[in-house]
Amino acid sequence: MSELKQELKEKIIEQLNLEDVSVDEIANNDPLFGEGLGLDSIDALELIVMLDKDYGIRLADPKEGRKIFESIDTMAAYIEANRSN
Amino acid sequence: MNRSDYHIKSYCRIRDGKISKDGELLFSDASEEFPAFIKAAYKHFETDYSKFFKMDNLSKLAFMGAEVLLRGNDEENTALILSNRASSLDTDRKHQAAISNPKGGFASPAVFVYTLPNICMGEISIRHKLYSENSFFIFAEFNPHLLSNYTNDLLETGKAKEVLCGWVDYDKEKYDAFLYVIGKKGLLAHNTEGLTKLYRTK
Repeated sequence: MSELKQELKEKIIEQLNLEDVSVDEIANNDPLFGEGLGLDSIDALELIVMLDKDYGIRLADPKEGRKIFESIDTMAAYIEANRSN
Repeated sequence: MNRSDYHIKSYCRIRDGKISKDGELLFSDASEEFPAFIKAAYKHFETDYSKFFKMDNLSKLAFMGAEVLLRGNDEENTALILSNRASSLDTDRKHQAAISNPKGGFASPAVFVYTLPNICMGEISIRHKLYSENSFFIFAEFNPHLLSNYTNDLLETGKAKEVLCGWVDYDKEKYDAFLYVIGKKGLLAHNTEGLTKLYRTK
């Protein structure tokens, strides 16, 4: 699980162009949106694509993303429970 | 011939690794590639706007021009009239390459959101809190006649108090931005001859 969390942090920084953020600066329970990493709605779409492309998880309802993308912890837990890749 | 009662308050040029304002060189960088140059400019001007790094090249170019001209300008009723030759072709190609990749192509939201040239005006509006009219024209070359007529009309009819106007073009790593702010008072008279001369000045 900790490897997956590390991988998610690296992917988020690279795919969402978070140039000023390092992996060490993202705590597992930091909020990803709002006052946390400050991700926006386009970033949320990018994360949905990433779940599908890299982990074989297709979200039927984008609103599901609100809970799944709360933090690295919630993302990793959801991926572990649902991944097909 | 085009005369008006309005003036060019300030103008900015970005090309060949240099950024100038009102004819004065503010920043230069030897980077041959645009992404490195514009990132260096972002840091030089101590810009604090992390969303900048998510933008496509055309938006970064327009954003930086607006940053030079509008920072400290709190006139929210500033209209935007921009133009270029290549539209959003640079990003359109990236989008095309992404979706046609035979090894599982997909549409990246972060790319396709920029497949319209006028998105850069949205980025400028968000940054500077502009609630104004805006238009983006595609011309074969800089067209001061149409831009000045449109600008004068917006100002005369009271639809805007100032207008950020000009040319912002990016294609195949070639970039050229000539942006200027038109208002009631300013450095130079607003007319097509003056705009043409400023645009052609090296």
